[in-house]
Amino acid sequence: MKILVAISNVPDTTSKIQFIDADTKFNSAGVTFIVNPYDEWYALVRALELKEANLAEKVTIIHVGLVDSEATIRKGLALGADEAVRVDADAPDALFVAEQIANYAKNNMFDLILVGKETINYNGSSVGAMVAGLNDLPFISLATKLDLVGNTITAENDIDAGSQVIECNLPLVVSCAKGMAEQRIPNMRGIMAARTKPLTVIAAIGGQSLTSVKSFSLNAGRTTCKMISEDNLDELVSLLHTEAKVI
Amino acid sequence: MILVYVEINKGRVKKASLECINYASKIAVLTNSTVTALVNKADAAQLEDIAKAGASKILAMNSDGLLNDTMFLSAAVEQAANAENAKVIVFAFDITGKAVAPRLSAKLKAGLVSGAIDYPTINGASFEVKKNVFSGKAAALCAINSDIKIISILPNSHPINLGDNKASVQDFTPDFSNLKSRITIKETKSNDSGGMIPLPEAELVVSAGRGLKGPENWGIVEDLAKSLNATTACSRPVADMHWRPHHEHVGQTGVAIRPNLYIAIGISGAIQHLAGVNGSKTIVVINNDKEAPFFKSADYGVIGDAFSILPKLTEAVKKFKSHQN
Repeated sequence: MKILVAISNVPDTTSKIQFIDADTKFNSAGVTFIVNPYDEWYALVRALELKEANLAEKVTIIHVGLVDSEATIRKGLALGADEAVRVDADAPDALFVAEQIANYAKNNMFDLILVGKETINYNGSSVGAMVAGLNDLPFISLATKLDLVGNTITAENDIDAGSQVIECNLPLVVSCAKGMAEQRIPNMRGIMAARTKPLTVIAAIGGQSLTSVKSFSLNAGRTTCKMISEDNLDELVSLLHTEAKVI
Repeated sequence: MILVYVEINKGRVKKASLECINYASKIAVLTNSTVTALVNKADAAQLEDIAKAGASKILAMNSDGLLNDTMFLSAAVEQAANAENAKVIVFAFDITGKAVAPRLSAKLKAGLVSGAIDYPTINGASFEVKKNVFSGKAAALCAINSDIKIISILPNSHPINLGDNKASVQDFTPDFSNLKSRITIKETKSNDSGGMIPLPEAELVVSAGRGLKGPENWGIVEDLAKSLNATTACSRPVADMHWRPHHEHVGQTGVAIRPNLYIAIGISGAIQHLAGVNGSKTIVVINNDKEAPFFKSADYGVIGDAFSILPKLTEAVKKFKSHQN
């Protein structure tokens, strides 16, 4: 059983968000890049747990991006993945990324493809379902639990006002959400080993992009918080009615 | 033609679906087109609501089970899009939309913008649509350049208008003979929401965090929620400690919501929590720590002890409501 985990390279959650080149580009100066938390904490760690339980032979990381994302890929290897593949391209949109992953997964016969629930930069929640569509595979969306017995995945995910337990035979694609695994901190041995693990660079296929970002803008934060005394809560209720108009 | 995928939940057309139909009618006006809705198992009253929201034609499916597999649902929408020659397909950016819209995008080679927060600007053959990025800290204006365009819209981004529009209803039976499902639903569990409106649809939300000190103290939170007819929510540590069920957890890793009113009690306002609630129209923060970072992201703040403030606030709301009636 071979697992492919797709990871994205994203600015750390606490990064200052700024744009340059007439607001067409994210300003990465001074920003720390990390493995997208959902890809790492849930998808990658669960894949490693399956391997540690002798349910998978190999965990491969795939990333679509330029050479500057290799430090992030090495972080994934430090956590315990066996090898990594970088598709050398500055991805224009989610479908382009999905096409690269789907193509590699098909050519290399992966049984299970795991992605995080969304990236924390583009928040698209798209790549997993796209890969499933491209390779005609079943898709389990936003799974909070994932187990493997023999050839069968049992997963749990949320539905409107509830949850469900799903069974599906390999191969398939699963997007992973909170609950599936716990965050791990790489140890020194992992970090040393990651330096020599295989990181293969392959060329991208295709190249058409159907969508593009024209410009970015910062959402205005809240500027003033009106403080109300706890002895005057009638005023708060009245403001919510007359000023905020929400009750 | 603009195609909208519509869902029924708990006996009603989902609020997010009504928003999608309204949104599609706006695009129909901009592009001189019409709106067709695709829905499974809708009754007469639900079909009427779909029409009132702006659909002039409804494709009514009557399928049991199979559509639970998003491979089948995606195929059904694809066939409807082909049959109706749809140029734009609209989904809600909800649990179903997140699983189906991208799959369809890959199948139809149709550009997708997921989580749109505004109506598109038509720019020749391309659409420009705004969506939130960086967990709500910024927005991106995205161009869709493909012939067929797919937009999934962020729920609670648009008001719902119901008119007196009527629609023609046509049975629609997708052909699944080429597909084989490997997905089996073994068990379905319902959240015990105590009759409250589900969080993603709620307009008023009362949320509490570790400041409440223990699950036994949630009575005063529920009382306030009840007085407002609001839905209860909680922060991540509260869900992790099992004080409250995990479906109540709002934030970056839990449910992202954008209600009209979000009242946060005893929640410090970590960046990950804000990422899930900063789309709320109005935020009220109640905290005994005047340095709590959440006050910087709030519209109204009350500094003090939740245990004394909440009962007083509940009384104030009740007094306001009784004067309203």
